[in-house]
This record gives sequence, structure tokens and C-alpha cells, in this order.
Amino acid sequence: MRTKLTILGLIALALLSYGLYQALVAAPTEQTMGDVQRIFYYHVPSAWTAFLLFFCNFIASAIYLLNRSQRSDAFALATAEVGVVFCTVVLVTGPIWAKPVWGIWWTWDARLTTTLILWLIYVSYLMLRRYSSGGQTPVLAAALAIFGFIDVPIVYFSIRYFRTQHPQPVIAGAEGSGIDPLMMKALMINWLAFIVFGAIVVWLRYKLERARQQVEEAHALREEQSLEQPRVDKPAVDARAS
Amino acid sequence: MKFLYAAYAATWIIHIVYLVYLSRGYARVREEARELQQGRSRSTD
Repeated sequence: MRTKLTILGLIALALLSYGLYQALVAAPTEQTMGDVQRIFYYHVPSAWTAFLLFFCNFIASAIYLLNRSQRSDAFALATAEVGVVFCTVVLVTGPIWAKPVWGIWWTWDARLTTTLILWLIYVSYLMLRRYSSGGQTPVLAAALAIFGFIDVPIVYFSIRYFRTQHPQPVIAGAEGSGIDPLMMKALMINWLAFIVFGAIVVWLRYKLERARQQVEEAHALREEQSLEQPRVDKPAVDARAS
Repeated sequence: MKFLYAAYAATWIIHIVYLVYLSRGYARVREEARELQQGRSRSTD
């Protein structure tokens, strides 16, 4: 397993390095925004990776509700947590890009607001899992994840259905939209690199959660055994004897 | 260019902070498992 992880890590490193080269050197400079537009090659693939991870979380949560398997519960938690990390990257790189281009860090338009709501939904999912101690926590979290996922298509379509400060889609957008093939190549390589990197981090988080579940089970078993053990009573001391 | 570098640096800082958090989680679980193992061997003695 360690060897597989090392190989996957090296592939991710190679892809991320190549992606960085594509983004900073190979991709042409955008005419109106200049070099700051290169934030696009990290901002957009991070958003797409977050959407993909939230979709995996949605599937794993639905499976958990059907079969109550601890594996799907651990996978749901791992994908949600790593998805939140990628969504945080989107919410941090977005304003850094907005400031020099729009002149403001933030505006409450449909795309930005729905993305912030998406982040808050999954942060609340993680907080529920972290701070709730009842036996029903995974069930409640799975239900929240299923309803929370509804926000993903809302975020995606927000720039198509509303007039926003955020640019209109350049990929699969309206007629006449589109980007230079070299820009597209840089974008896709970075997305692939983020997917591979994200998969490794999800795998690590999943293994950690499985280990935590096993330790918790062992603790519960030990407590059960200690309760079952016959009590060795101390010899009764007759108070009258003294 | 400073905004571009800031965005790229922020991305990797976020990922690295999360990886550090994960490694701490691993250390904590390993420690708990070790304590559990010690407790079990003590109870079987």
C-alpha cells in the first residue's frame, strides 16, 4: 500500500509541476487582465475538484443511509473534508483575483454568495460530525450531506441564470464563448493534477477515519468486557467487631 | 504579479496546513492504539 501511495504521490507531484509550468509559462497572457488572469488555472480546477468531492460525498452518504456501512461513512467524511479544503482555496483565490480586476475583494452576487453558502453547509456538516456525540450523528450528517449537495448545481448554474459580477462561463458557455487551446490545455492539466492530489488526500483521510473507528470500537469492546467481569468484593468488615 | 503569486502561495499554504492537520490526526490515533494495546497486555498479565 505504501508503495502504491508513493507512486501516486510522485505522479501527482509530476502533474502539479507540469501544471504550474503550463499555468505560469506555457499558457498565453490574457489581453485585458494580463498575468493576474493566470489565477484562473488554480481557481477553476479547485472549484471543479470541490464539486467532484461533494458529489462523491453525496453518493457515499446515500449508500450509508441504505446499508449503514462504516466504510461509506468514513469515505463520506473524507470527501467532505477535502472538498471543504478545495472550496476554501476557491474562496481565497477568488477575492485575490477580484481585487485587481474588479477593484473590490468581494460582492454579494449570485455566484459568490452561493459558493460561500456551499462552504458553510459543508463546514456545518464537519462541525456536526466533530461536536455531536449521539449515536445518530452519522445518519444526521448523511441527511445533511444529501440536502447540502443541492447547492452544487445552484452554484454551477448561478452564472447562467443570474446577471452576476462574476464572469459568464467560458467553457460550455453561450455561443462565441471559449478560450485559447493553450489555455484550455493548462486548465485541464491542472484539473487532472488536482484530482490526483485530491484522491491521495482523500485516501489518507479515509484511512485515518477507519483507524479512528477501529480504535473507538476497541474502546467500546474493552468497556463492555470490564462491565461483564465479575466484581471481586472486598471482605465485609463488621463495624460492631471494632 | 503580486496578486498572482499571493493566490498560488495561498493555495499551497491551505493544502499544507491541512496535510499537517492530517499528520497530527495520524499521530493521535497511533498513540490511542498504543495505549489501548498496553492496557490490553496489562489486563492479560
